[in-house]
Amino acid sequence: MAPVLVVARLTVQEASRRRLLLALVILTLIVVGFSAWGFHKITELAQAGEAQLISSQLLIVVTFMFSGVLALSAAVVAGPLISSEVESGLLLAVLARPVRRSEIVIGKWLGLAVLVAIYAGAAGLLEMLAVDWATGYVPPHPIQLIVYVAVEGLALLSLGLVLSTRLSGITGGVIALVAWLMGWIGGVVGGFGAALQNDAVENIGIISRLILPSDGLWRGAVFAMEPDAVLAQLRLGGTLARANPFAAVDPPPIAFLAWVAVWFATMLALSIWSFRTREI
Amino acid sequence: MPADSPAAPPGGGAAASPAIHTVELTKRFGSTVALAGLTMTVPRGEIFGFLGPNGAGKTTAVKLLLGLLRPTSGEGWLLGQRVGDLATRRRIGYLPELFRYQAWLSAREVLALHCELAPLPRSRWKEAIDGALNIVGLADRASSRVGTFSKGMQQRLGLGAALLGEPELVFLDEPTSALDPIGRHDVRRIIREMAERGTAVFLNSHLLSEVEQVCDRVAVVDHGRVIASGTMQDLLSGSAVRVRVSGLDGQLAKLEAFGPVDDEGEHLTFTKLGPERVPDLVSEIVKLGGRVYEVVPRHQNLEDRFLQLLHEDEPK
Repeated sequence: MAPVLVVARLTVQEASRRRLLLALVILTLIVVGFSAWGFHKITELAQAGEAQLISSQLLIVVTFMFSGVLALSAAVVAGPLISSEVESGLLLAVLARPVRRSEIVIGKWLGLAVLVAIYAGAAGLLEMLAVDWATGYVPPHPIQLIVYVAVEGLALLSLGLVLSTRLSGITGGVIALVAWLMGWIGGVVGGFGAALQNDAVENIGIISRLILPSDGLWRGAVFAMEPDAVLAQLRLGGTLARANPFAAVDPPPIAFLAWVAVWFATMLALSIWSFRTREI
Repeated sequence: MPADSPAAPPGGGAAASPAIHTVELTKRFGSTVALAGLTMTVPRGEIFGFLGPNGAGKTTAVKLLLGLLRPTSGEGWLLGQRVGDLATRRRIGYLPELFRYQAWLSAREVLALHCELAPLPRSRWKEAIDGALNIVGLADRASSRVGTFSKGMQQRLGLGAALLGEPELVFLDEPTSALDPIGRHDVRRIIREMAERGTAVFLNSHLLSEVEQVCDRVAVVDHGRVIASGTMQDLLSGSAVRVRVSGLDGQLAKLEAFGPVDDEGEHLTFTKLGPERVPDLVSEIVKLGGRVYEVVPRHQNLEDRFLQLLHEDEPK
């Protein structure tokens, strides 16, 4: 097996043997169970015709929690991914083998990316099945929803990894966490700018999305969860609807998605360069 | 160190080239000089001891040779190839001073990981892993998680990983730091067996008796410089005198004409003193009011020589 795949396999193996996966699976099942009960209750109480609207809004909030858990977990796990192994000496014996440092970086990213993608897919699918069972509601673009949530997790993973090549695990994890929150707030502020038609404030949101695209990706996930009726209402509301952090009037523009691809490539290249030039 | 060391490994043929050859290898961390122009040659199949006090630059030298650190200047070759060459690492084993292995894997899985990264053909894994486990005495703990191992067992495991695939050159950085006397004895045996198979062993250590017992050749490093090197025989040709004495309080400086002295309270070892000067020494001690109980002239051992070298290296 190529070294990059060996490192990726080792990363997955570590998460599984350290019971990280088990903890996530149990917590997810609990959340899905509770939310299924909650959705069921609400549709019982809701008046005819309101159930779909309420379900769609509630699903957005539950998904926000899921995407948050995923993004934060990715940041916290990626923060020490390389730094802890440098500090403990674990990488010394590995790097003395014919293994390139880029292979270590890409392998670790790949291993964690597989976990993020599987978690996003499995948790998203389970939650949607539970909601469908409880209310009969299915979001309009379920696959896009899962992809956006997964890519948001991958963004935090990539940020954590860059930091992990130079900073200690705790520092890197905390910075990634704060960056995620600031990215979200930046998006909210930018939304207000759009609502109030103030370019300067709106630019804050754009710039924060360029630095860390997590909020832009989150809006993509929101858009995938909005039925036509909700979208029509939002559009009726004019620019004011853009101030709502749990709403998206338009899908993410193609230019933004292209930037996301460039951003990922930059983060990986930066991680490789940073680790290659680090003395161990 | 052969006096005729070429600037580059001779011949260029892999088999003919020395195991390690360095020219003016230097490493600075900011204003601190960790290694100041290391020039040395380690022949194939020999056990080479790299000695020095803590902080002398021993681990820095190993890390430079393995490409974990980049030299500030100078050059190095391992097995005829430039330091940093990826393919050469297939033929090298390494036990780091800071040894740590994946706590969530079993000993066998750690060795399998190293077989895979080395890389060894999969058909040889079982034999290589079982062999390594037997050599380092971990066969009965092969399936236990490394996280449950004592430090000594982890160091044994690291040694096992370094031996996999019969490398041509093995770096052992303080390989017995976590081991008990039995473990140390085992490591000496393992090192000798490796050398018998033709493996060159680069042994970083400050345990002088250990080095003295196994090494063919040594270099003594202090403050980032090699202050002496040669075969064990060349280095230990001198003699020393050990004296048991009392009543010399505070007057040791007056004996400096007899060379460097290792003061262990009642016992003084004059680490570079010929037996012909024993009568002079004794009469001088008596003149200073000392009472002599025992005088034992002997061949210089590595500790005597080491202390003498460090003494001579001290800035005057």
